[in-house]
Amino acid sequence: MSKLLSILESLDRRWIFLAMAISVAGPILYIGITGKTLPETPTPAARAVYKEIEALPPGTPVLLSFDFDPASGGELIPMATSLVHQCAARRLRMVFIALWPLGPQLIDETIKRVILADYPDLKEGVDYVNVGFQSGNEAVMKVMLTDFAKAFPITKNGIAVGDVVALQGIQRVLDFPLLITISAGYPGAKEWIQYVVSSSGGKIKMVTGCTGVQTSALYPYYPNQLSGLLGAIKGAAEYESLVNSSLAPNDTSAAIPAKYLEAQRRMGPQLGAHLLMIALIILGNIAYFAQRKSKVRATS
Amino acid sequence: MKPSKAWVIIVSVILLLVGIRMSIGQGMARAYVERVDQSVEVKANDKHGASTEKWTEWHSVAPKKFEAAQMADQSQTKIVFSLANTIGLWLAAFFTLAIFSFLYRDNPGYRLAEAVIIGVSAAYWGVVGFWDTLVPKLFGALTPTLVHDQVLPSLPAPSIGQVVAMYFALALGLMLLMRLAPKGGWISLWPIAFIIGVTAGLKIVSHVESDLVAQSVATFKPLVQPVVGAEGGWMLWPTIWASLKNILLVVGVLCCLTYFFFSVEHKGVAGRAARIGIMYLMITFGAAFGFTVMGRVALLAARIEFLFDDWLWLIDPAGKRIVEVATAAGSMLCWW
Repeated sequence: MSKLLSILESLDRRWIFLAMAISVAGPILYIGITGKTLPETPTPAARAVYKEIEALPPGTPVLLSFDFDPASGGELIPMATSLVHQCAARRLRMVFIALWPLGPQLIDETIKRVILADYPDLKEGVDYVNVGFQSGNEAVMKVMLTDFAKAFPITKNGIAVGDVVALQGIQRVLDFPLLITISAGYPGAKEWIQYVVSSSGGKIKMVTGCTGVQTSALYPYYPNQLSGLLGAIKGAAEYESLVNSSLAPNDTSAAIPAKYLEAQRRMGPQLGAHLLMIALIILGNIAYFAQRKSKVRATS
Repeated sequence: MKPSKAWVIIVSVILLLVGIRMSIGQGMARAYVERVDQSVEVKANDKHGASTEKWTEWHSVAPKKFEAAQMADQSQTKIVFSLANTIGLWLAAFFTLAIFSFLYRDNPGYRLAEAVIIGVSAAYWGVVGFWDTLVPKLFGALTPTLVHDQVLPSLPAPSIGQVVAMYFALALGLMLLMRLAPKGGWISLWPIAFIIGVTAGLKIVSHVESDLVAQSVATFKPLVQPVVGAEGGWMLWPTIWASLKNILLVVGVLCCLTYFFFSVEHKGVAGRAARIGIMYLMITFGAAFGFTVMGRVALLAARIEFLFDDWLWLIDPAGKRIVEVATAAGSMLCWW
């Protein structure tokens, strides 16, 4: 025991980094080769996101705000894929915007990955439109409350928003019954709640998918100001399994495309890393208390 | 061991492993593109007649598609190997490993990657600031004809109010730059005061509305929350569970508020409540830490997935390659 304690006390932290790398890489290799993923049980917050989208009749306009960049892609791209997948399957009218400068490129990639690949019947400008990025953070949200076209005068492709069929009937942000944000920080979900949802008097509902760092700050808003919440990769995996099972409920033998299993695949490394973290915390505490005990003995 | 020796060993091992991987199966890290010919009909207007504009786009495709096209026709040129994308792939792998190398020790590779990130980010923000803010907003209002004719033909003409507002914004912007001047730096305090005033005005209202009022309302919960069943009676366990949740919420809010109430000494009832408040705060910090760990591990997993899938071709979850990935990965693991 004393030998183990002395090893723990003098352990080079790089061994912990190596252990973490192995605990993450091992499951990735295993899942990548076998294709097996862990089962997911959706929590009420993830179910709420699914239900809010499912409750909208086909053709309803929804606003999807991509407020993130590739740095958070590991967590948020799987969410974006599943959210667009469900919206496209429901035949909702998708209006994509971004308050982060790299958002429009991520929107284009998601459109290519989901809509162009699996829903080729949906027409750009009619069933979906990428309005693009607008600088100004909260100011853009405030302007959208009164005049959508003033906040976003032209689409990413340079077309005046007044000429876009997908935006017909949209005068202001409150004309969207549902706002979906994928958020990595500022400006993001918190600002949408503060500047749009709270001012709307319940006219617009909002669901969000956010990074792990943001999740604990957004939970207080659920379920009153935030109708649904996908927290970190775990929320993404829960929602992904929900969407996959609902879109192919009777055909379990059909292979689900890998792009719709991205979040579930990443839960394997999560398991490995979390088990390691728990083991290290327990070991660290044992070492701490044992060290304290030996110091007390030495003093007495 | 000297740091230089350690680095020589690490880099040699990586190069050796990559070399072995390149010699197994179909190799690794190659990118392919597909040629897509595009065209658009341009309508006639008062300046030019109708025409057809044509251009070629190169879209990234999976290696499997290239192999299938080659099998069908060896001489095809529609899907080809892309040297530029392949170099990009190798650079992405190099920078990923260079950033990870900091976990072992600071080194020139890490510093190079860091400098590249800073440089690229600064340049990108400069370009975004110019094209997404200055051009459509400032120049679009001050020189609408020029912007309309040369850059954004669909940009609506600005109203008089917008033009006046933009002159005001331009003046404030120039005043802000006076901060850099050797004399007259005090002039920059005026636009800073304007920014602080506007931001405070915007934030106070929204915070009071969405955080103070709405969150306070959400805290007013009944301590006994009856859950009524289908027959109209109370369901015992759901009622207990719902009530317990509400009690925990109300107690947590009151105790945390007590902890931050420093006008009363934390003794007796106040002290015990503050102590419970500390426990709630610790649980909150623990949850926040747990979520942060989850987020960081997800990002690490995404990068390792990139290295294994796109670069080393060890795994193939998306079915991008014809090669038997399990064989390649197995061979690699066996060798290891």
